[in-house]
Amino acid sequence: MTAMTRQLWAATRALLVLTVLLGVAYPLGMTALALAMPDRATGSLVMIDGRPAGSVLLGQATVEPQWFRARPSVSDYSGETSGGSNWGPSAAELSADLAARAADLRAVNPLAPAGPIPADALTTSASGLDPHISPAYAAWQAPRVAAARGMTVEQVQRLIDANMTSGELGFLGADRVNVTTLNAALATLGR
Amino acid sequence: MSPTLQAVLYVTTVALILALAHVPLGEWMYRIFTDERDWRMERLVYRLVGVDPRSEQRSSVYAVSVLAFGVVSVAFLWLLILVQGWLPWGMGRGQNWHTALNTAISFTTNTNWQSYAGEAGAGHTVQMVGLTVQNFVSAATGLAVAAALMRGIARQGADRLGNFWVDLTRACVRLLLPIAAIAAVLLLVGGVIQNLDAPQTITTLAGQQQAVQGGPVASQEAIKLVGTNGGGFFNANSAHPFENPNGWTNLLQIVLILLIPFALPWTYGRMVGDRRQGAVVTAVMAGLFAVSVTLTTWAERAAAVGVAGSLEGKEMRFGIVPSAIFGAATTSTSTGAVNSMHESYSPLGGGLLMVNMQLGEVSPGGVGTGLYGMLVMVIITVFIAGLMVGRTPELLGKAIGRREITYAALASVTMPALALLFTGASLLIPAARDALLNSGSHGLSEMLYAYTSAANNNGSAFAGLSADQPWLNLSLGFCMFVARFGIIAFTLALAGSLARQKRRPVTEGTMPTHTPLFATLLTGIVLVLAALTFFPALALGPLAEALS
Repeated sequence: MTAMTRQLWAATRALLVLTVLLGVAYPLGMTALALAMPDRATGSLVMIDGRPAGSVLLGQATVEPQWFRARPSVSDYSGETSGGSNWGPSAAELSADLAARAADLRAVNPLAPAGPIPADALTTSASGLDPHISPAYAAWQAPRVAAARGMTVEQVQRLIDANMTSGELGFLGADRVNVTTLNAALATLGR
Repeated sequence: MSPTLQAVLYVTTVALILALAHVPLGEWMYRIFTDERDWRMERLVYRLVGVDPRSEQRSSVYAVSVLAFGVVSVAFLWLLILVQGWLPWGMGRGQNWHTALNTAISFTTNTNWQSYAGEAGAGHTVQMVGLTVQNFVSAATGLAVAAALMRGIARQGADRLGNFWVDLTRACVRLLLPIAAIAAVLLLVGGVIQNLDAPQTITTLAGQQQAVQGGPVASQEAIKLVGTNGGGFFNANSAHPFENPNGWTNLLQIVLILLIPFALPWTYGRMVGDRRQGAVVTAVMAGLFAVSVTLTTWAERAAAVGVAGSLEGKEMRFGIVPSAIFGAATTSTSTGAVNSMHESYSPLGGGLLMVNMQLGEVSPGGVGTGLYGMLVMVIITVFIAGLMVGRTPELLGKAIGRREITYAALASVTMPALALLFTGASLLIPAARDALLNSGSHGLSEMLYAYTSAANNNGSAFAGLSADQPWLNLSLGFCMFVARFGIIAFTLALAGSLARQKRRPVTEGTMPTHTPLFATLLTGIVLVLAALTFFPALALGPLAEALS
């Protein structure tokens, strides 16, 4: 056996041994441990009437006026894939997309305040599954949702506040509203 | 809270955690690579592998072991991906031959460039048995090479650098596995999923269908970051809410990325018996990193004036500052995980992320690779400084002669040569040009970023590039393989050459390598080498876009 053959043989055995330890025992051990936290380990599902209606961590596609809209998504929240638009900052396509989304939002939100639309309402997220919007965008949509549901804007705003998370420690994250749990709260209102 | 205050608080928090961790962790790694005894579990591994843990290797044999392990890993992973349809948890996912080869090279070389989307290209068996394993062992290989170079500098009149199989096993068993296990539990608590389920289709509140993904994510996420690997379980990587659900997990991820790279200089100081040598390396790494974080955060904030508010390709739970800091961390270490889409960054912000890689991944660089990359820079600095003042170039009493500077120069020129040659070639090839999403100067940036990432074994991307085609898969794979194993071969040859030398006594003519002056020189050399090689390309890409 030449030196190289001997090395390749040792490498093969080393890879197999380490695969058993790191590729089988470790992930399966962690999966067993995760059974202690079944809710988180399976995706923090939102249950309504005993059926999963989404994940707290994932945004959902909505078009009807009575639901809050999450951010624009490249995959339209299918969950089959994930990712962003990858348009560069000076791409003409990006400007066109932003303008089209602004026109669309203005059309379906006639009651919304004048002035600039919050940036997160116009831009696609990195994952295409972002469940969060800014408190400003939530408040901007509130008149539409209130009108569609026959509620007052104040009632809707109270639900927004209840589904708001402050940035962790004030600087680790951003203040944000979870659209999925907010819509779930709307869905189960009065029950 | 003002963005400036936010950035200061964030960076201070990360710095404090790293400052607390780097001494015990650096000390632990010193013991790992100098311990005379083996753990029982390790003895079992050595018996199964058939190596004598007490027999040490010459630099050439050490290099052959590294290469053999790399080649076997590529072959095994390539095969595993190709046959995953017949294995459990295949879930109908697959990759064609050139995508699979690219993936196999990518994960073996600690690059983790991904031409495939995790949701479509890798079932749970491949993720665990293939990709998770390479996340560990490729990081351990980097540590082993760093250990060999440290021994080469520390030893004198020696012809052996240690045993690769021992260094590999110990790095996995004593360092990476324990940290990864703890990190995986923390990520789980934070909300990262960990199960063996196939995607389940649910009916949403508004009555639509949505796929909720499953998978052993937390276990892989942990080593993806600790090992500065960066290959996401899902396509969106650390931007996917199932990989990185909130501000806490985002902080944890940034810390995990920087943990080992910033602790290794301490190990170096201990190995060579002079902690000041390690302190200089830490200072230079930290200085470069601090500047990069500051500039990137500033660039992204400054761009937040338009209608897009710098939020295109960013997640709302993080916002601009935590995204920019993550971006700087992942490109300054050869990680390549992303929590925001780098391609949609402002021209200067995205350009800075590219520059982080073009420094040669030394600020602080990847696990092991960052330290050996920086030590190569130390040797080049010693040589140039020695020439300038007419002193014999020496590092810790070892002469930097023709042989040493040749190996160091070859190691440092490999990356820019690959990155620039292949960027240029691909811009001439219609099939590669057609893969670009963006046009104009940003299109050039997109291509330059791809080959910079591959040649630095980083793995992040300006992801608009449709890289899943034969030319890009194979040429990027070539760059990743040659950059990784070429630089390792030169580094080990350098280590062998240094180990053979006797240590010369320190005289008045010796230039000290532990002073602030030397740290300044080293910083200058790192910056000047990158500027000389990459400035023309950067001027046509990000700089042109920023000025237009």
